[in-house]
Amino acid sequence: MTLPAGWEMVVGLEVHTELLTKSKLFCGCANHFGAEPNTNICPVCLGLPGSLPVLNREAVDFAMRIGMALHCTIAPSTFHRKNYFYPDQAKDYQISQYDLPINSGGYLDLPDGSRVSIERAHMEEDTGKSTHLGGSGRLAGADSSLVDYNRCGVPLVEIVSGPDIRSAEQARAYAAELRGILIATGASDGRLEEGSMRFDANVSVRRSGEPFGTRCEIKNLNSLRSLGRAIDYEARRQIELIEDGGVVRQETRHWDENLGETSTLRVKEDADDYRYFRDPDLVDLAPDQAWQDRVRAALGPMPAERRAALVAVLSAPTPAQLDAVEVVIDLGLEAYVHAVATAGGDAALALSRAANELAGDLDHLENLSVEAFVATTAMEQRGELSATQAKTVLGELLARGGDPAEIAAAKGFEQLAEDTLGSTVDEVIAQNPDEWQRYREGDEKLAQFFIGQVMKLTRGQANGKSVIAALQARR
Amino acid sequence: MRSAAQIAADVRSGASSARAELELSLEVIARRNEELNVFLHVDEAGARAVADAIDEKRSRGEALGPLAGVPIALKDNLCQVGVPTTCSSRILEGWRPPYNATVVDRLLAAGAVPVGKTNLDEFAMGSSTENSAFGPTRNPLDPSRVPGGSSGGSAAAVAAGMTSISLGSDTGGSIRQPAALCGLVGVKPTYGMVSRYGLIAFASSLDQIGPFAHSVADAALVLEVVAGHDPRDSTSLPEPAPALVAHVNDGVAGKKVGLVRELVEGADESVVAAVRAAADALSDAGAEIVELSIPELALTLSAYYLIAPAEASSNLARFDGVRYGLRVDAEDVTAMMEATRTAGFGAEVKRRIMLGTYALSAGYYDAYYGQALKVRTLTIQAFDAAYERVDLLLGATTPGVAFAFGAKTADPMTMYLNDVFTIPTNLAGHPALSVPFGTGEAGLPIGVQLLGPGRSEAQLFAAARVLEIADGRP
Repeated sequence: MTLPAGWEMVVGLEVHTELLTKSKLFCGCANHFGAEPNTNICPVCLGLPGSLPVLNREAVDFAMRIGMALHCTIAPSTFHRKNYFYPDQAKDYQISQYDLPINSGGYLDLPDGSRVSIERAHMEEDTGKSTHLGGSGRLAGADSSLVDYNRCGVPLVEIVSGPDIRSAEQARAYAAELRGILIATGASDGRLEEGSMRFDANVSVRRSGEPFGTRCEIKNLNSLRSLGRAIDYEARRQIELIEDGGVVRQETRHWDENLGETSTLRVKEDADDYRYFRDPDLVDLAPDQAWQDRVRAALGPMPAERRAALVAVLSAPTPAQLDAVEVVIDLGLEAYVHAVATAGGDAALALSRAANELAGDLDHLENLSVEAFVATTAMEQRGELSATQAKTVLGELLARGGDPAEIAAAKGFEQLAEDTLGSTVDEVIAQNPDEWQRYREGDEKLAQFFIGQVMKLTRGQANGKSVIAALQARR
Repeated sequence: MRSAAQIAADVRSGASSARAELELSLEVIARRNEELNVFLHVDEAGARAVADAIDEKRSRGEALGPLAGVPIALKDNLCQVGVPTTCSSRILEGWRPPYNATVVDRLLAAGAVPVGKTNLDEFAMGSSTENSAFGPTRNPLDPSRVPGGSSGGSAAAVAAGMTSISLGSDTGGSIRQPAALCGLVGVKPTYGMVSRYGLIAFASSLDQIGPFAHSVADAALVLEVVAGHDPRDSTSLPEPAPALVAHVNDGVAGKKVGLVRELVEGADESVVAAVRAAADALSDAGAEIVELSIPELALTLSAYYLIAPAEASSNLARFDGVRYGLRVDAEDVTAMMEATRTAGFGAEVKRRIMLGTYALSAGYYDAYYGQALKVRTLTIQAFDAAYERVDLLLGATTPGVAFAFGAKTADPMTMYLNDVFTIPTNLAGHPALSVPFGTGEAGLPIGVQLLGPGRSEAQLFAAARVLEIADGRP
C-alpha cells in the first residue's frame, strides 16, 4: 500500500518476547505454557507479603544473547519498579529495567539492505492473565473477573527499535527478521499464536522533509498480518485527520483485527504515572567479561549469515526459491540442503524438498538422517525415483526412518521400463492429437501437459525427464 | 529472668526442658497479656509441638542447638507458616503465611520455640505502637507509658519477662528506640546481615531484622543464629554469620570512640548526662574518646521521610483485596481495591503512602525522592569520613525516656522527631545498638546508642558489654 503523495510514515516497534528459560525471572517456578490456572505459582511470583525476588541468571544469558545478536552494547544495568494497580499484577508493580537497560544502541539489518536501529533490549517480568466475565467484558463493569497468575513473573525481553521504519512492509520484514534472530539465539520459540512474541507500534506521519509528527502507540498486534494492517490503517487515519485540518493527539490505540481499525484506548493526559524507582530488593546487574565471553561463544550464526550461505549454494535463485530459503532458514533446515550441495547433488531440488516435505512434518524430523535425505535426493536426481515417489520415500523416512533404497524397493518404485513408458507415451499422443500437433510445431509449454497425462496413467510412476526424452524421440 | 543462654544450657543439660520453659513463658503471658496487649496471637499448640520435639530430640541423645528450648517472641511482620500475620493492620487480618521467614527457619533450626506474634505500629510505621489497629501495647515498666515502636510488642514481651528474647525490625529506629524505652539491649545489624526474606516490607532499603534481649550476650547469641547469607534475599551479604558471642568480652582498650554532637543535641538533660557518663565508662575501660560533629546528620530526618514512604507506597500496593487479607466488595475491581484500602489501612499508613506516592510522582521525583537519595549518599560519605578517624560512634538512642500515651500523637512531626538519633544509621546501612545506661525521669531507663561501620557488630557488642558492666549488670 502506498500513502498519498508527499506523505511519509515514521514507525518504531516495541517487541516483547518471552524467554525460554527453565524457570521464571525471579523465582524457581517452571516457565511453561498451558498449566491449569494458578498451579504454577509460589510466594515470590504471587507477590505474597515478605517474599523477595532473586534474578534468574539464565534469563540474563538469553537477554545478552539477544543483545549480542542485535549488535548492542552490554552495560551494567539496574531494575526498577513500574507502579500501577491491576489485578493480574501480583505486587501491583512490575519489575522492569528503566534508565539503565542491559542492552542498548544496536541495529538490525533487513534482507532488503535497510538498517533499523535498536535503542534498547531490556529485561522485565510478565503479568498474569485476566478474564472478565459478563457485563462489559472489560475490567470496569464486568460481572466478575478471573485471574491466572501462572504467567506472572515469566521473563520477557522488550526490544525497542528506533523510529527508522518507513512502511508497513518494512515493519513486517523487521518483525520477521527479529523473530528469526530470537529463534536462532534460542531465547524464544517465536510462536506468535501463543503470545510468545507481541508487538506494539509507534506510528506518526509527516510530509516529506518535515520533522516527526505526534505519534500514537498501537497495542494488541499479535501477528505479522495485523502489524502491517494496523500500521497502514493508522498512518492513513492520521494523514486524513491532518488533511482535514485536524491534529493528531498523542494516545494509545487498540487494534481491532475484525473491524480492521484502531480506536482510542487512553489519551496521554490519562496515562498512568508509573512512579519508576530503583527496586531496592534487587542489586545491580553487571555481567563480567568472562560471563559475556561465555555467552558470546555459545552464540551460533544469525539468519542473515545463514541465508547468505544458503543462497550461495544455489545458482541464480528464482523468487520462489528465495521464498523457500526463508522457510528453510526459519525452520533451521538448511543442514539438509548444505549436505546435498556438499555431496555434489542438486541444491535447488534439496531446497524444494526441505521447504515442502520436511517443513510439513517437523515433528518427525529426528527420524530423517541427513544421509538418508542426501541419498533420496540423489535417487530422484538420477531418475530412479519420480518426484511423487521421492516424496513418498521422504514421508516414509520421516514417519519411521530407514534406508531410502530399501523403502523404494519395498514400495515397488523401480522406474517404468523404457518400453512400458514408450507405450504409455504413444497412448497419450493418440488421445490428444491437437496438442501433439501444437507441441511438434514448437509449443514447449505442452510438454508439462503430456507429463501430467503420463503421470495420470502411471499413477505417478514415471520420471518427468524420461517422459520428455520419449516425447522428443517421437517429435 | 534467666538469660536465653542459661535456659538453653539448662535444656541441653536436662536441668530443665523445652516444655517446662515454654509453660513458664505461657504462664507470664496469660497473666499479663490482657493488661499490656503485647501478643496479637499466642501460638500455644504450635509452640508446645516445637518444644516437645526438642525434648524428644534430647531424649534420643541428639545434639541440641544454641537456643534449645528458648521461647522467643516474633514481631507480627515476620512470616511463620500457618500463624496469623497481620502487621497490626486490618488489611491483613486473618492471613496465614504459607512459608517461613528465613529468620524463623534459622531460629527453629537452633532450637528456639516461637511462642507468638507481637504488636507493632501498623506496618512498622510509628514510634509508640499507638498506630496498631489492635490497640497500643503498654510499657511493662510503667503501663501508663508507651513501650516505644514500632517493635513495641517485642520489646514489651522481653521487658515483662514473657520471653527472654525476641525479634523486631528496624527501619528508622524501630528496635533501638523501644529497647531504650523498655530498658533492653536492641540491635539494628548491618544492612544485609540478616535475611529480609519473610519480613513484610515497610521500606526495603532500610529494613533490617534484629534482636531484643536483657543482656548484650543474649543479643549477640540471637544475632549469630539468624545472621548469615541467604540466597533468597538478593541484598543479603555474601558471607556466613560472624562470630559474635566469642567477642562479647573483648573490651574497648585502644579503641577510638567518637561522641557525636548531633546525636545528643536536643535530648533531655538526663539523657545527655547518661551519654557523657557512658563516654567516661568507655574511657575508663581504655577507649580514647573524641568529640566530633557530623553536620550532615541534621538532613537525615527529612531524607528518611521521603525515602521510606516512597518505598512503602510501592511495597504496600499489593494489599489490594485481590489475593489475600481484607476485601471490601464494590461494583468493580478498581472500586473494590479502593474500598479495601480505604477500610484496611490506618491513618498513619495512609499518610505515608500519600507522602511516598507524591515524592515519586512525575515532576516531583527530582525535587523530593531524587534529592533525598543525594542526602543519603552524603550521609554515607559523612559516616565514612568519621570512621576514618574513630572506630565507633556514641550518642543517645532517644531524646527522652518512655512517654505517656497520647503525648506525641497530635502532630506527626513530634512523633517523627523521636527517631532523629536512630534514622542516620538506617540510611547508611550501618549497624547500631541501644544499651541501657542509667535512668532518667521517674526512674525510667535511658538507652545510649553505639554506632559502627558496616560489619562492626562484634566491636559494638564488646563496647556495649563494657557499658553493661559499668551500669551494674556484670
